[in-house]
Amino acid sequence: MAVSTTAKPGVARAGRPHHARPVRTGRRGRKVKDNLLAYAFMAAGIACFALFSWYPLVRGVILSFQQVNFVTDPYWVGLDNFRALFDDPLFWTAWKNTLVFTGLALIFGYAVPLGIAVLLNELRHFKAYFRVAVYLPVMLPPIVVVLLWKYFYDPGNGLFNTLLRGAHLPESQWTQSGSTAMISLVLVSTWANLGGATLMYLAALQGIPGELYEAAELDGASVWQRLRHVTLPQLRFIMLVLLLIQIIATMQVFIEPYQLTGTTNPDTITVMVLIYRYAFTVNHDFGLAAAMSVLLFVVLAIFSAIYLRLTRGGER
Amino acid sequence: MTRTLISDAELRRPRTRAAYFAVLALVTVLFGLVFFFPLYWMASSALKTPSEFALSPPTFIPESFEPGNYADAWSEMRIARYFANTAFYALGGWLVQLVVDVAVAYALSKLRPVFGRLVLGLMLASLMLPAAALLVPAYLTVSDVPIVGVNLLNTPWALWLPAAANAFNIYVLKRFFDQIPDDLLDSASIDGAGRLRILWSVVLPLSRPVLGVVSIFAIIGIWKDFLWPLLVLQDPEKQTLSVALSRLSNTSQVPPTEMMAGLVIASIPMIVIFLIFQRSIVGGLSAGAMKG
Repeated sequence: MAVSTTAKPGVARAGRPHHARPVRTGRRGRKVKDNLLAYAFMAAGIACFALFSWYPLVRGVILSFQQVNFVTDPYWVGLDNFRALFDDPLFWTAWKNTLVFTGLALIFGYAVPLGIAVLLNELRHFKAYFRVAVYLPVMLPPIVVVLLWKYFYDPGNGLFNTLLRGAHLPESQWTQSGSTAMISLVLVSTWANLGGATLMYLAALQGIPGELYEAAELDGASVWQRLRHVTLPQLRFIMLVLLLIQIIATMQVFIEPYQLTGTTNPDTITVMVLIYRYAFTVNHDFGLAAAMSVLLFVVLAIFSAIYLRLTRGGER
Repeated sequence: MTRTLISDAELRRPRTRAAYFAVLALVTVLFGLVFFFPLYWMASSALKTPSEFALSPPTFIPESFEPGNYADAWSEMRIARYFANTAFYALGGWLVQLVVDVAVAYALSKLRPVFGRLVLGLMLASLMLPAAALLVPAYLTVSDVPIVGVNLLNTPWALWLPAAANAFNIYVLKRFFDQIPDDLLDSASIDGAGRLRILWSVVLPLSRPVLGVVSIFAIIGIWKDFLWPLLVLQDPEKQTLSVALSRLSNTSQVPPTEMMAGLVIASIPMIVIFLIFQRSIVGGLSAGAMKG
């Protein structure tokens, strides 16, 4: 693993046995110099990783067992932070809301892009138009999307209620009411993000060999049968990968509940919002927030491990 | 053009053909309504007077014409300042990312130091770290950097340095550098070029496409980021456009039409970048999907 540029000394020795010694030390000297140079090139990068990902990971775990009060040095409290979490009713609410969000986001954000991609792959006109349309929301800063939808959701003269009124349908409180709040958040998030998954599916669809469809057609398979027995099995790998990416991303949902319903609303508080709240607003308790992060990390790590396994398997 | 689910022969049948055009028309209109209409709504609402904005049912074509809302947003909401901040963070972050990540990728790919693979592995492992796990400890690190002991809060470095720790960039760049034949580098070396000179005059010019993709994604990433700047840039003077818009919408009495103008202004750079670099963005995205 560490051996990489050592192929040449052997050749040199075989070719010119008498000069083997001096050449070798010369090479070794150059190797040390090369390594120093390489690490000089990498120094800034390694420092950034050390400071902002490796060290914080370790520190986060340590913090979760500590009390941080900014008066004294942080001190060890064992499992107290975790106990405090389990005693906080909001902790369970946040997990429940997060799972609801992830579940709903999977139903919408997972099935819809797949459907759109299959459809767009069949349409032979306006390809650029469709591609731009579906990906444009992904490009917008998330805060723009969320604030725009805040106006759409306005229970008074928001666009959505105006349309419902026009169609003589019952109006909705959207983000303001417990029962529809979560689904309203999922709708915004889906609108903003489905373009990414759609384009990935489209790329995968274009990679399906046409002969498979031809063969199926010759065997008398209808369009639906071709979709079921050719398209979907061919997409299986990318579907699994996107499923896991989607789970990992949606479990960290923050901006939608933060901006649309605030950090105190128990109907929509999510794990990330609660971490933010513990650390930066109400409690100012970094230990508690770190403990919550560790729990979220463990859950996400399980999904990440599955994801890593799958993508590794796919490359082979 | 490879064939898809439905063959060309099938499409030539009159009935399928009619169905195809019906679906095409439907999807075209639906996509316009779902994806473009909200943007039209945003840009046109910003042209209304506040009283017209509050009308119910709303007007779809503004009766009033107040382009002054954009000017007001630019000056009164101080969008100009936040816009300049964000542009500065994005350009600086892009430069820092490029310098740091290219250097790492070049060293790993072409200088191949001992433990190089271990370093790469540790960097790639960070891709699996969710932002959520690092939020609090990374914030503490930025507020009091270990060893040097400086406070980076409310400085651009609080955004730039963590962004430089981008394993995805390093991986993409290294994969590209790996494809550049060593013979090319060796002959440059025989001509007397040093390692840095080789990087600058041989490797980088050959790597333009991949540098382009990495650059676009670096700038988009910083422009779209919200949670991290929200934490580390609490001084309103230093905030990004996204954080400032969020704060203004929560606290002050900004008229909605002015807010809409602010949202439009915040979106314009991203839309322009997308329309210009569509091909590389979509290509980079699908490459990412295929490689995992």
